[in-house]
Amino acid sequence: MHLLEVERLSYRVDSKRLLEEVSFTLEEDEILAVIGPSGAGKSTLLRQLNRLADPSEGNRFFRGKPYEAWPIRELRRRIALAAQQGSLFPGSVADNVCAGPQLRGQPCDAAALLQACDLPADFASRDVADLSGGERQRVVLARTLANDPDVLLLDEPTGALDPGARGQIGDLIASLARQRHCGVIWVTHLLEEAERYADRVLLLVHGRVVAQGSAATVLPQAAQYFPSTSVHPANDAPAGKPLKEVDASS
Amino acid sequence: MSAFLSNLFGSVHWSLSPLQLLALLSLPTLSVLLSLWRSLHVERDLIEGTIRTFLQLFIVGLVLHFVFNANRWWWTALVLAAMVIIASQNAARRGKGFTHLFRSTTIAIACGTAVTVALLLGLHIISGQPRYLIPVGGMIVGNAMVACGLVLNRYREELIDHRAEIEAWLSLGAPPRIAVQRGLGASLRNGMIPTIDQMKTVGLVTLPGMMTGSILAGADPLAAVELQIMVMLMLTTAVMVTALVLGELLLHLSFNAQEQLRVLTS
Repeated sequence: MHLLEVERLSYRVDSKRLLEEVSFTLEEDEILAVIGPSGAGKSTLLRQLNRLADPSEGNRFFRGKPYEAWPIRELRRRIALAAQQGSLFPGSVADNVCAGPQLRGQPCDAAALLQACDLPADFASRDVADLSGGERQRVVLARTLANDPDVLLLDEPTGALDPGARGQIGDLIASLARQRHCGVIWVTHLLEEAERYADRVLLLVHGRVVAQGSAATVLPQAAQYFPSTSVHPANDAPAGKPLKEVDASS
Repeated sequence: MSAFLSNLFGSVHWSLSPLQLLALLSLPTLSVLLSLWRSLHVERDLIEGTIRTFLQLFIVGLVLHFVFNANRWWWTALVLAAMVIIASQNAARRGKGFTHLFRSTTIAIACGTAVTVALLLGLHIISGQPRYLIPVGGMIVGNAMVACGLVLNRYREELIDHRAEIEAWLSLGAPPRIAVQRGLGASLRNGMIPTIDQMKTVGLVTLPGMMTGSILAGADPLAAVELQIMVMLMLTTAVMVTALVLGELLLHLSFNAQEQLRVLTS
């Protein structure tokens, strides 16, 4: 049984096709990178997976059960969307981190979650308005992990960060996902990130899956859809472990 | 209070002769001339507004004259229902993009009006005669309409500007009520604040319309004050009930059965 399965999913808004017959699976402990140029439907796909919207056609299964068979709030908790950092709620870091557990009246150790995300425990009392981009992204991640999800949906988690912070956050996400045995769907427009962290890569263009498979198979096909600066960003290499070169010419 | 109202409304000492009414036209005429002089291009609107003011108010006067004399509860109910429907239509225009909004504003304004009027009648503050019920009901409906418009305007902005935050709540497994709590609360406050502020400054900044009208009609200022206090308090209740009912209905209009935030149509 797959952790997540998407079957011929199409999504139209006002007769505009945003997703077209998208099919793929996600397994336990797997990181699936979803790459594609701007407007490919990557964020739209994540919204479908978190059930913030329903498809026009097609099916979604979580642990073998159709999405519709799961209580909606339970499903959203277990297939958690780490939205972009702009989605932090006004208030303290602790308010944000513990928002999910508090909804269900469960205890929440904000300090431990922050430390797991490489932030000091005393950050809990800080106002989110005072945080840097990297800190905000870590808080978003801690807030998502507080719900103890089975699947992590990441919408360009390093998109707004400088190259140094990008590598640190990327490494952190990959390590946390492995520790917690989460399946991860990682939307990115950075091919380096996909190559570095993903077990498999899915290339989405104009709402259609153009290719999926190992990074070595998919990334060469992907290069044509990206501006050259995205494929080999001279100053974009994330810090941390060295990245493998993406061969855009093949 | 009923005896007081009876005395008050029965003691009209001031009315205009037909000649004086005609002389009143010098006021809009002056406005039209000023508009022409400064090229403001509002002459047509001024003329249309003047004609409508005369026509609409005289028609209303005739209707009220008939209803007051008929003194039948169903005529009173019909007039109040017409007021609620017109006010609801007007308020619903503020919520562009929502579906079935007219139904919601109608329910909200009707609830605000019904609760307040029922309290006033039940506590014997006013009598059930059309002479009292219709003017009082009109004030309640008018203020409830303004409150609805303000709530809708703000709530619409909240849904558009804070969509990411609302969906972040939903994605954490929050129920819709929690997801829009902040924005809906701000919208409800937005609808109530003018009435609350009016309560705080009444008499200090301007003399309210009801009180001014009563004094012009010959009432003793202290008696007019009593009446105005009743008006201020009843309007606060009406606005509060209307805003809360509308808020509850908007919550349901904003999400579908799958707890997904609806997209407002443009």
